[in-house]
Amino acid sequence: MTASTTGAVQTRKRRRRTNARQNLIGWLFVGPFGIVFLALLVLPICYALYLSLYQKTLMAGTTFAGFDNYLKAFDDPSFLKGVWFVIRFSLVLIPIQMIISLAIALILDEVTSRFARFSRLMIFLPYAIPTVIGALMWGFLYSRNFGPIADVFGAFGAAGPDLLSTNMIFYGLLNVVTWQWAGYYMIILYAALQGIDPTLYEAARIDGASRWQIIFRIKIRLLTPALVLILVFALIGTLQFFNEPKIIQQLAAGAIPDDFTPNMYAYQQAFTLANSNYSSTISFALGAVVFICVYVFMLATRKRGNFMS
Amino acid sequence: MKTKQVLAASLALLLTGAIAACSGDDSGGGGGQDKPTNCTNTIPKPDAPVVTLWAWYPNTQLVVDNFNKAHDDVQVCWTNAGAGGDEYDKFQTAITAGKGAPDVVMLEADRIATFQIQKALVDLTDKGYQDVKANFSEGAWKDLSVGSGVYGAPIDGGPMGMIYRKDVFDKYKITPPTTWAEYETAAQKVKDAGGPLFGDFPANQPAYVTALLYQNGAQPFTYDPANKGEISIKLNDDASKKVLDYWAGLVKKGLVGKQDQFTPEYIAGVIGGKYGTYLSAAWAPGYLQGAGVGKGADAKVWATAPLPQWDPANPVSVNWGGSAFSVTSQAKDPALAAKVAFGVYADDASLKDGWENQIIFPLNLKVLKDPAFIDAKVGFFDGQQANKEVYVPAANAYKGMTYTPIGQYFYTAFTKQIAAINDGSKTGSEAADALQEDVVKYATEQGLTVK
Repeated sequence: MTASTTGAVQTRKRRRRTNARQNLIGWLFVGPFGIVFLALLVLPICYALYLSLYQKTLMAGTTFAGFDNYLKAFDDPSFLKGVWFVIRFSLVLIPIQMIISLAIALILDEVTSRFARFSRLMIFLPYAIPTVIGALMWGFLYSRNFGPIADVFGAFGAAGPDLLSTNMIFYGLLNVVTWQWAGYYMIILYAALQGIDPTLYEAARIDGASRWQIIFRIKIRLLTPALVLILVFALIGTLQFFNEPKIIQQLAAGAIPDDFTPNMYAYQQAFTLANSNYSSTISFALGAVVFICVYVFMLATRKRGNFMS
Repeated sequence: MKTKQVLAASLALLLTGAIAACSGDDSGGGGGQDKPTNCTNTIPKPDAPVVTLWAWYPNTQLVVDNFNKAHDDVQVCWTNAGAGGDEYDKFQTAITAGKGAPDVVMLEADRIATFQIQKALVDLTDKGYQDVKANFSEGAWKDLSVGSGVYGAPIDGGPMGMIYRKDVFDKYKITPPTTWAEYETAAQKVKDAGGPLFGDFPANQPAYVTALLYQNGAQPFTYDPANKGEISIKLNDDASKKVLDYWAGLVKKGLVGKQDQFTPEYIAGVIGGKYGTYLSAAWAPGYLQGAGVGKGADAKVWATAPLPQWDPANPVSVNWGGSAFSVTSQAKDPALAAKVAFGVYADDASLKDGWENQIIFPLNLKVLKDPAFIDAKVGFFDGQQANKEVYVPAANAYKGMTYTPIGQYFYTAFTKQIAAINDGSKTGSEAADALQEDVVKYATEQGLTVK
């Protein structure tokens, strides 16, 4: 009795010791990630939050401002105009991107030949080109003096559109971003399509489903999770729009002012106007906008999902 | 089992260590080191104290070598931190960080007040200014002064003229216009006959448009740090509105381009014969040639004339661009840094290289009075004595400008308004009013008292 009790206690102790040791090893495994996560993500965010609560002016220096910067940001026409631009841009860009990438993925899924494999690679290629180079390249292609677009229009005796002008820059950028990202989204959708069990198609065909019915009733239905994923990626990426306009700004400063998108505005405040405090505020405010947009979207698609199922 | 755990643990530790080592290595800033090691040039006398310098002119290597050869007590360590805006952004970041700025930095005159108000620059009045004061004109010094302090050593200036194509002017039988009214008439005449555009109104060159405002007697900014943050901003007075309305008219009538300058698109237009004139500064031939202008079909067609005037009885000379060496307040030894600022690009050999290759238009009176410089026949202008006819008189008549301590913001705001004029959404006067409102609002936010 006594002996067995002692034995049980010892086992428990040993188990606790083993647990402690396993915990320690667990922490050691998490450690590298944890340190990087804390040092490069959590700490900078906290520091930015701290910065955003202070106000810096040329004459008065730095003073505590509380949430004044946030009140200012949501009343700042530069910021609001930027937010409105990226929202408008997302509303036009994302459907176009999704339709193109979905259409290509479906075609490539239907066709299995060497040509299909080659096309898949070619369509994916723009994503492999660095954004900076892609943007520069399109900037040159849009050129009215030496770009091919001008030549094509010239062949019909018309003046080509100036895609770098104030009125047309929206479409100019739309084209660059679609070109760059459609291939990437296509690969995600294509991979999801490849993961669908082919017996489903067989069953559908036996039941008398046509090719189009298979596409709309089976493939696209089963792609919904992948489509939602793409949408969230695209939404977050577009709301943080920065690289392409910043590069093309070198060619079209009039059409792309420094406060063109919220991220560009934050960059200008921090690095040109020496106001890292307000820059942090804008970044957080943009973060809030992104969060709200994604949340609204998730809510909407969840309801939609219920409706569909 | 145990070996595996130990292995895993030690691997984890190793990784952690490596990452910590990475993140700890942030002492690479230029200002924090005793002996900078990242110089673009080789320092011939490694025992002498070193002053770090940021500069972007294409012949800086030669200029720095000349300086280092001639001096035993100080050596220059040069880095090219980007031209213009790129360098200013880096300098601004270093100012905010409190470290990482060089001892001496190359700045354009219109940026000096912006950095001075942040206490980033050192006043040079008691650091060798008196010794070289006589070498430069009053206008040159005024451009580098904020209130009573002098914050830069002049390198070069940009007296403006009207570069034009002789072949176009001959073909349409026009003589170089001397007033802006004549300029418009000539532009209309050429356009009606199917000729090229007469100049350009670029949204990305607000400094150029500001010079045009000055020429009509506008005084956009009055600022003196002695008056404790008082500034006067007059961007929508009659003089400014007249100039902007004039240009808005040229844009509307399709007489001028609306193209951003210093872009491949603009240069392609210049080479392709799209522009009959280029209103620009004395450094323009160097820039144009570097970009390939005047080398093919358009060789020997370029000439230059004085800038058209509003009132030919009282001509006004204006300046676009031009740079100075400023000593930063992060300099370890400001006196030594000042010596470098005044000494680099001040020797005869460097200046000669600069003006002969048309990299700079020197402001040093020694050069401006040198017959070799005055009478030089400029190859780009087909042997025209451009200095004598246009640029030296313009430089001598230049009175200097007062720049604003919120220059970065002013230029951003102005770019937007020029773009609005170009896309036809605002008239010149409307743009001037909007600009005034925008800049006054920012100045007030920054704690300046707007008078």
